[in-house]
Amino acid sequence: MPLVPPAPPDSLDAVPATWRHRHLLDLERLSAEEIVLLLDTAARFKEATAGCRKKLAVLAGRTIVNLFFENSTRTRTSFALAARRLGADVVEFTASGSSLSKGESFIDTARNLEAMGIDAVVVRHSTPGTPHLLAQHLGVGVINAGDGPHEHPTQGLLDIFSIRERLGDLKGVTVGLVGDISHSRTARSNIHGLLKLGARVIVCGPPTLVSPRWRELGVEVSHDLDKIVPTCDVLNLLRIQFERQNTRPFPSVREYAHLYAMTAERMKRARHDLLILAPGPINRGVEVTADVADCPQSLILDQVTNGLAVRMAVLWLICGPRDGLAGESLSAVKSEGRTN
Amino acid sequence: MATLLIRGGRVIDPSQGIDRVADVRVADGRIAGIGPVAGFAPAADETIDASGLIVTPGLIDMHVHLREPGREEDETIASGTRAALAGGFTSVACIPNTEPPIDTQAAVEFIHQKAARADNCNVFVVGCVSRNREGKELAEIGQLVEAGAVAFSDDGAPVYDAELMRRAFEYCSMFDKPILAHEEVLELSRGGVMHEGLVSLALGLGGMPAAAEEVMIGRDTALAESTGGRLHVMHVSTAGGVALIRGAKSRGVRVTAEACPHHFTLTDESLRTFDANCKMSPPLRTAADVEGIICGIADGTIDCIATDHAPHAREKKMLELDRAPFGILGLETAIGLSVTRLVVPGRIGWPRLVEAMSTLPARVLGLDRGTLRTGSIADITVIDPDRSWKVDVRAFQSKSVNSPFDGWTLRGRAVATIVGGRVKYRLPGN
Repeated sequence: MPLVPPAPPDSLDAVPATWRHRHLLDLERLSAEEIVLLLDTAARFKEATAGCRKKLAVLAGRTIVNLFFENSTRTRTSFALAARRLGADVVEFTASGSSLSKGESFIDTARNLEAMGIDAVVVRHSTPGTPHLLAQHLGVGVINAGDGPHEHPTQGLLDIFSIRERLGDLKGVTVGLVGDISHSRTARSNIHGLLKLGARVIVCGPPTLVSPRWRELGVEVSHDLDKIVPTCDVLNLLRIQFERQNTRPFPSVREYAHLYAMTAERMKRARHDLLILAPGPINRGVEVTADVADCPQSLILDQVTNGLAVRMAVLWLICGPRDGLAGESLSAVKSEGRTN
Repeated sequence: MATLLIRGGRVIDPSQGIDRVADVRVADGRIAGIGPVAGFAPAADETIDASGLIVTPGLIDMHVHLREPGREEDETIASGTRAALAGGFTSVACIPNTEPPIDTQAAVEFIHQKAARADNCNVFVVGCVSRNREGKELAEIGQLVEAGAVAFSDDGAPVYDAELMRRAFEYCSMFDKPILAHEEVLELSRGGVMHEGLVSLALGLGGMPAAAEEVMIGRDTALAESTGGRLHVMHVSTAGGVALIRGAKSRGVRVTAEACPHHFTLTDESLRTFDANCKMSPPLRTAADVEGIICGIADGTIDCIATDHAPHAREKKMLELDRAPFGILGLETAIGLSVTRLVVPGRIGWPRLVEAMSTLPARVLGLDRGTLRTGSIADITVIDPDRSWKVDVRAFQSKSVNSPFDGWTLRGRAVATIVGGRVKYRLPGN
C-alpha cells in the first residue's frame, strides 16, 4: 500500500482532525499516517521556533505534569522545555519524597493531580503498561515517557525524525539497532516506527540480549556486528541497561565492547555516510568509542534538539485546541471515551 | 427422616459408570438410591425437578485459597465457601499459604471450626509440607494427618530443597498422602509477570519461561519415582509439562495432575491489555500450550480440573503489573469455562468432565465423596448444561473481583448445590 502522507497542518491554530488520539502510549498502535503526521508537525514546530529556541503561545493556559517514577534528566527536561516553549505551565512531580513513599498507589496520586485541573500527564515508570493503566483511570491526556523496557514513543519518534531530516524518505533505509535490545524501550519504539515507515531493521547483539524471536516482529536478527556494519545506513547504539538485568548477560564489559562497541576501526568498514545515533546516556567505551560518538556523522546532539521538536508536536496534538473547540476547555474531547 | 428427590435428570456418576436419566433419592443426608423414572415417584419432603438438567456427585475443587487466617480482606472461609456453593462445588480443599500457614494441628482445627460455623460446603485442609512453608524442615505431617489434613503442599512456592522434597515423599507415603506440588524454578522466572514468549518480548514484560515449570516437574517425577511417593502436579500450564507427566505415568510413577480453567481458556495474548487480572502463576501460556492442556484432559494425563481460586482485593490488582499479586478467581466460573471450552466444542464428554471435577479429585485426596453410590454422603450438584449466562463479577459471592472473565458469556451453570443432603444453594429463579 503506497504511503500518502497527509499534508502538514497549515496552521498551528487547531489540531488536525486526522489526529484522533487522546493519549500517546506507544508507537505500536499508531498507523504510518499518524506517525508521519507527528513527524511533520514536529518539523513545523522546529521551524516555527527557529530550531526550538523561540517561544510560542499555542498551549498558553494549559498545565502539563511531569510524573516521573524513574530517574530521568534529559527526557524530563526535554518535556518541560517543550511545554514551556509552547506557553504551557509545567508541574514537576517526583515519586520519591511524595505521598507515594507513604504507600499511596500511583493511580491515587495521578487522580489527585487530575483533580487539580491539569491537561496532560507525562509519565515515566519502570513497569510496562503503567501509562496504559493511567489512561484507563484518568480523564486527561497521558503521554508515555518510557514504561520500563516496553516503549519510549517520543524517543522512537525523535530518532526517526533525525534520520528523516538527513535522508528524507525512510523507505528502504537499513537501520541497525545494536546492543541491549531485550531491555530497551527505545528499540521497541524504533522497531514499530521504522517498520511502519518502510525501513529495514536489523537488531544486533549477543543472543542473551537479542533473542531470535525478534524475527517474528518483522526485523532481522544478527549476532555479528562486523557483518552488518557495511550494510547499514544508520546505526543506533543502545545503552546496556545493567539495572534491568537479573544476571549479567555477557561475561564482561570488556568482552562486550570487543564484540559490539562501535569503534573507529569498525567505522572503516562502514559506508562513508553511515549515520550514528545513540539515545543516551551513552557509556563511552562500551557501546561506542569517543571518536565515533563525536564524528561528523554522529547525530547524537541533533537527537537532543529534535527531541524538543517532537515533544512540542506531541504535547500540542494531545492538549492543543481542536477544530471548533479553540479556546474552550478539553471537556468535549474528554467525553470521547477513555480508549485510544 | 428428611428426604429429597431429584427427579428426571441425566444422572452422571463415573464412579459407578452411570450415565442415564433417573431419579436420585436422598434420605437423612445419604444417597438412598438411583431409580428409574417411573410413572410416579415416592413422596419426598423436598423435590427438585431436574428434567433437562445434569445431576452429578458434588463437585470438588481441590485447589482453593480461602485466605483465612491472615488475608481476610481478600476472602474468608465463609465468603469463599459461599462462592464454592454458587459455583456448584460441594467440597473444596484449602491451600495452606495463609498467614500463619497451616502447619499445626491447631491451625487445621481453626479451619474446620470456621468452616463448620459458616456451614456452606465441606472444607478439606491441605497442610504444609515444611514448617512455616520455609522449605527447611518437614512440618509435623503425622500430627496434621491426625487433625484431618488430606494432602500436603507448600503451594505458592515450590519445595526448593530436593533432599527435603525427597524426604517429604518418603514420609508422606507412610500415610498414603499426596504432595501437591507447585512446580517452578525460581531463578528462571525471577522478575517475571507473564509467560516468556513473543508477547512478553514485544511488551518488554519480564517472562516466566515454560522451562521453569518443566524442569521442576522433571525433578519431582524423578523423586516420586525413586521414592514411590505420590506426586500431584498442581496447575499444569505447559504442553511440555503434560508430556512429562504422560511419560511418568507410562512408567508407572504415582503421579496425578490438575489443570485450571484459565489455562485452557486464555493465552499470553491477554496481557496485551496490561490487565493485572491476567497475572497469575503459573502464567497464561501460548495457544499450543492451551491445546496441550486440553489434549491432556481429554486423554486423562491430567486427571483433575481445579481452579486455583486466588482472591485479591480490588486495590491490590489496581497496581502496576509487577507490583500486583499473582492470582485469579475460579470457583464461580469453573463450570461455565469448562463446559464452554471443553464440552461444547466436543473435546470431552460430560462423564469425563464430571470425573475431572468430582470423581478423581476425591480419589486423589482420599475422600469418601465424588460418588452417588447408595449409602454415601449426599453431596450432589445439579447443572443446567445449556444455560447461557453472562459473568458479572459484582454478583460474585467471593469477596474479590479479580476475574478477567467479567462480561463473558458462558454455557453451563450450577442450579442447585446439595451438601450432605441439604440444598445449600439454588440459582435464583430456579
